[in-house]
Amino acid sequence: MKGLPSFKHGVHPPENKDITSGIASKRFPFPKEVILPLSQHIGTPAKALVKAGDHVERGDVIAEAAGFISSTVHATAAGTVKSIELWPHPNGLMVPSIRITVDQSSSQMRRNRMVPRWQDVKDEDLSKEIAKAGIVGLGGAAFPSHVKLCPPEDQPVELLIINGSECEPYLTSDHRVMLEQPEMVYEGIRIELKALGITRCVIGIENNKPDAIEMMRKTRPADLDAKIQPLTVKYPQGAEKMLIKAVMGREVPSGALPSAIGAMVQNVATAANVAAVFQTGHPLIERIMTVSGRGIRRPGNWKIPFGTKLRDVIEHCGGMTDDTVEILFGGPMMGQAISDLDVPVLKGTGGILVLTKDECKRQDILPCIRCGKCLEACPIFLNPQWMKDLAKAERFEELVEEAHLNDCMLCGCCSFICPSNIPLSQYFAMSKTQLRRLPKS
Amino acid sequence: MTGNPILDSALVLGGVGLFFGFLIAMANKKFYVWEDPRISEVEELLPNSNCGACGQPGCRAFAEAVVGGKEQPSGCTVMGEEDLADVASYLGVDAGEANKRVARLLCAGGKNEAARNSDYAGLETCKAAASVAGGGKACNWGCLGLADCEDACLLDAIYMNDDLLPVVIPELCTACNDCVVACPKDLFELMPIEQKLIVQCKNLLKGDAAEDLCSVACNTCNRCVADSEPGVIEIIDNLAVINYEKNELTSPKAIERCPTEAIVWVEGQQFKESLIELEKKVV
Repeated sequence: MKGLPSFKHGVHPPENKDITSGIASKRFPFPKEVILPLSQHIGTPAKALVKAGDHVERGDVIAEAAGFISSTVHATAAGTVKSIELWPHPNGLMVPSIRITVDQSSSQMRRNRMVPRWQDVKDEDLSKEIAKAGIVGLGGAAFPSHVKLCPPEDQPVELLIINGSECEPYLTSDHRVMLEQPEMVYEGIRIELKALGITRCVIGIENNKPDAIEMMRKTRPADLDAKIQPLTVKYPQGAEKMLIKAVMGREVPSGALPSAIGAMVQNVATAANVAAVFQTGHPLIERIMTVSGRGIRRPGNWKIPFGTKLRDVIEHCGGMTDDTVEILFGGPMMGQAISDLDVPVLKGTGGILVLTKDECKRQDILPCIRCGKCLEACPIFLNPQWMKDLAKAERFEELVEEAHLNDCMLCGCCSFICPSNIPLSQYFAMSKTQLRRLPKS
Repeated sequence: MTGNPILDSALVLGGVGLFFGFLIAMANKKFYVWEDPRISEVEELLPNSNCGACGQPGCRAFAEAVVGGKEQPSGCTVMGEEDLADVASYLGVDAGEANKRVARLLCAGGKNEAARNSDYAGLETCKAAASVAGGGKACNWGCLGLADCEDACLLDAIYMNDDLLPVVIPELCTACNDCVVACPKDLFELMPIEQKLIVQCKNLLKGDAAEDLCSVACNTCNRCVADSEPGVIEIIDNLAVINYEKNELTSPKAIERCPTEAIVWVEGQQFKESLIELEKKVV
């Protein structure tokens, strides 16, 4: 593994990817009901366009983007709108959501649409088409893709980096995308390159997926300037700024966007879905999700329509074992703990992990022994032990100005490495929430 | 110079000392700022807890405001009536009408009333729990019971009862706002003590959906609206909201038909069953 590019610091948690990495993705059956929150992405919630009783076809627009940093929501199954009501969201809050009773007799065909050939669309209009399809970043943060494709004018992008590193343990959905739809990924890359008006692209893949690297190499079109870059297996290799450091050897300045150093990062699954928009006209209504962990009886990779309730997913995957203690959306390092089985899976849900007692041991929190391991683990060179003290004392001004809390992406390396089991990143998540709540002074 | 090094140095240093002493004495006369001596006197009469409940940055600033006539002594919510009278008589002003305010909790769903949908294991504070999938309580809006408010209260006016709800002791509460800031669910509100009709719920769900989560949730049945004077209570976002501008029109009649006891008529302390426990604590 030596010699492969990477970033400094970071950790290497047990990968646990072998549970699902060899299982081909399958279509998930349509559930009886889908729940589509108006906020499945970062930014302003969308505005509902339907009302109770309306009939919708699969792929119809049911809520439109409200503002630039927002995203369109589409019906993920044909059926009747039951109501728009408050419903549990993966983030633990109740948010307005559209409930659709799925028509069981429907063939779930998508309406035929007129799709422009992407080659004929003007460069600057491509991002509008992508916005219409409700595409958001599928790496986990669900940031609207069309916003990313419109970098600030004074910061032109010169290199597109496609993120196939998938550094979170357990998750294999991006791995499956690269194995099963490499030509879609390349098509998506072409479209994104055209939207950005550039020609160069690098695909970063962690070295623990040799079959994906091989597949991408084999299917690479000869006329595309795409380099496949194997990367050191290390967490958080897939974090935007870490990936840029590994691929370009440059560091994104604190508080700046990647476009500040001429780079843009897109996930492989996002690229594949961008291609699907222009091939079929289908908006983003389903994605490959990994259902894994030792608590699920039938793990696998499934193409699940958004809005399917967690309860239905678990049921279809054989149910939970008796020693299941925790369910996460996303990976074990950054995923969201889920407290309600009625929560729907959303655009940002890359995986559903059902973990047993053995997999998430609860350990006592002991005092900090100042060993400095968290400093050596932090990929952005912060000082977590100091930040924890500041967060505990609620000294927010110092925390932001001097300790640079805003650069922390809550990757969890510090919590993972801490021999005293101090939940460092929870302190930082808590401080970030509080800073959002407090009136700005 | 005498040639004696001891004498020389004593003379030089003494001279320099005298010279600077004279300068300081001159500066003291020239730059003297007169300050009302009553400010220090009033400050001594104040509690000096610097709690900030009066809205001033501290007791000294409040004393300045009182002496300057910008505030009435009753603006200090911590002082007892005797101390208030002392300040008022020292300054020869009216003490002003004491407008006692206390913090009220807008949730009655303790561990015996509200459903839980998961166990939270992490840092034992409400703020930390609130950032992890809502903290394990099925109700999104309810009290998490991990006592951030108890920790925040400098005057020990809040303690957690057996039901894991914070109880505010009105006699000790100075309405300093600390608990309001501390609560991640925004459940505390400062209210004048004469506001006795309180809706102890913030659940925005309706009917059975609300009651499934908590047995004391407001289920939007509208009975309290019908039973009180028009305009006193109205339903906003599936929740009964009291218009306190019409506080004099409120009556205990409004709570009689409430099926869940989400709306209550409070005399003094909010959660009654805890009074016995409190007496025990005081003894």
